[in-house]
Amino acid sequence: MLRQAQHERFQDSDAVEATDLVKDFGATRAVDGVSLTVPTGSIYGLLGPNGAGKTTTLRMLLGIIDPSSGTRRVLGRERPLEAAQEIGYLPEERGLYPAMHAREAIAFMGALRGLTLREARRRADVLLKDHGLGEWARKPIRSLSKGMAQTVQLLGTIIHRPRLLVLDEPFSGLDALNQGKLEQLIRNEAANGATIIFSTHVIAHAERLCERVAIIAKGKVAFDGRVDEARARLRPIVRLQTREHDGPWRSAIPATSRTEGNTFVFELPESGPEPLLRALIDGGAGIEALAIERPGLHDAFVAIAGEKTAAAMAEEKPQ
Amino acid sequence: MRKLLRGAFVIGRRDFAATVLSKTFLFFLLGPLFPLLFGAAFGGIGASVANSREKPVVAVVASQADFDRLNVSRDRFADAIDDQHVLRFMRFEPAGDANAQETALLASRSPPVEAVVTGLPDKPHLAGPVAPDGSTARQLRLILADAAGTYASPHLVVSHTDTSSAAESKDQATTGQVAQTALFFLTLLLSTMLLSQLVEEKSNKIIEVVAAAVPIESLFVGKLFAMLAASVLGLIVWTAAGAGVIASLKAGGLAALSSPAVGWPSFLALIVIYFAMNYLLLGALFLTIGAQASTVREVQTLSMPVTFGQVLIFGFAATAIGSPNSGLAFAAAAFPLSSPLTMVARAAEDASLWPHVVAIGWQALWVALILRVGAGLFRKTVLKSGPRRTWWRLRRA
Repeated sequence: MLRQAQHERFQDSDAVEATDLVKDFGATRAVDGVSLTVPTGSIYGLLGPNGAGKTTTLRMLLGIIDPSSGTRRVLGRERPLEAAQEIGYLPEERGLYPAMHAREAIAFMGALRGLTLREARRRADVLLKDHGLGEWARKPIRSLSKGMAQTVQLLGTIIHRPRLLVLDEPFSGLDALNQGKLEQLIRNEAANGATIIFSTHVIAHAERLCERVAIIAKGKVAFDGRVDEARARLRPIVRLQTREHDGPWRSAIPATSRTEGNTFVFELPESGPEPLLRALIDGGAGIEALAIERPGLHDAFVAIAGEKTAAAMAEEKPQ
Repeated sequence: MRKLLRGAFVIGRRDFAATVLSKTFLFFLLGPLFPLLFGAAFGGIGASVANSREKPVVAVVASQADFDRLNVSRDRFADAIDDQHVLRFMRFEPAGDANAQETALLASRSPPVEAVVTGLPDKPHLAGPVAPDGSTARQLRLILADAAGTYASPHLVVSHTDTSSAAESKDQATTGQVAQTALFFLTLLLSTMLLSQLVEEKSNKIIEVVAAAVPIESLFVGKLFAMLAASVLGLIVWTAAGAGVIASLKAGGLAALSSPAVGWPSFLALIVIYFAMNYLLLGALFLTIGAQASTVREVQTLSMPVTFGQVLIFGFAATAIGSPNSGLAFAAAAFPLSSPLTMVARAAEDASLWPHVVAIGWQALWVALILRVGAGLFRKTVLKSGPRRTWWRLRRA
């Protein structure tokens, strides 16, 4: 309820605005002029291979580190720490005190974000119960499985019902079942009015969850916008199988087409599908199969960030 | 066997490289310098303490002629044996009320009076907290015999009093020294814990969660005060236990001990305050140093030079004992890291309370300053916030 009211109060502004953020570590420039805008209430993905500058960008947005230059505005504040009680953060490298009980670990994170310890404990009990960890509430973290510990940390991240949730590689280390649960949790938080930013190098997660994405490569933003805008940069792909190998119909196929086995793969011509179909039929191609595919985010990513970057991401260990 | 040795070599090589290539190893290499510094400093300090402390005297209430005779004999003894071991005399003109004069002299603090001699030359009388067969009485008999030109020991009447200013001054100096030493060791015990305080957060990666939620200063202050609260609790328990032991072993308990100059209640309160200030000052420093270490190994490497540093500070503070108003004592009280130890010794020897108010304010200022610089350094070096600058760039800036 409170978050809804806060959301309404800020709905006209963007949750995060970053302009020309630069971060140098000694002689190394980790982030090179990143500008991005995250609308309030959206699910926003930061895409890029490891070392692209995603984590450094998030750390700057959170106020953990200061940028070497550039400005940031988070939930209407220029100093992100001033908004800390309205932000939840799940770092890439998870960490909990091993001797702390699960309930206390969650309550501790709530207390750090401004809840009273009493209220934090109450909420921790509810969250643990809702996520099937009720019986582990008073067990030390060291006795929990890795998946359970990750869930505990995630619950600690949302215990104070943040308006902005920043998740750095949240799917990392989770099995398929827990990845599904996490996706649902992200959707629920967004449905409750929270703005979500998460970084990932797995495009499928971003494609399923995000309305907007920023593609980061080598410290620079290659694209920032809606997912469909990214896709719209590419024309639909045509996959065609024919009985005949040659004939007048071949003139309808662009010269840039490639073949995958006995399938022609090419971008749909600007004139659209109808002239193409007519030319194929009239030219006696003998169509056996024809599919017009909308390009995925991965195709858009390849087109925007380049083959090399996409290959680097593909080579990273799948999570 | 070959496999085992090869494995051992691989592990040994990694450990060696991890130790030697760490920044903290430089401190370890500098370690042997500390005992040398320490020895040099303490040699000077020991001599300085011995010289600076006002030597107690035996007050001689006599005419100038009688005193001179006594003193000539005293000097002959001093020529024969070490001067430091021979009684020192100071003449006082006889006053109307001999008893009142004796009491006043025994209470005199400048110089501290060990005992009072009257009745020269024929009926010598020694009054003070001395035994009839103690070294003071025995020495005096010899000197009196020499002054009288006889071989026989003169009949010396000895009146024992409970205390004298010299005995009290010595007791108070001892009280100051004990308090100072106790505070030093307590802080020494805590220093390694402080050095490793942030290693847990850093190794568990909790530091990111904390740094995103609260200012780094909160982390520093929170850790420091949590340890302070735990150690003050320990101090109270140990003090109570100590008082209990004293009460069970000595009739009259604490009250039977020589009272510190500011009195026991104020002294105990000041011990707690100065322990807290000493802990906060050194703790803030150690937390800052320890924050730079990422592993337990680095913390262990840092421990030795840090311990020697503490001993050096303790030695500096010890110079104030016995001469709380000397220039060196003032310097030790003004230097922030030695100030609490110096001032606790002062509380045992000097009754005025206002210097403590000034000192506590001064120390608090430095605690805040060290914490601020420490947190800034932590942000820069550990969280890598802001551009890192090398020292030569800083100098040019």
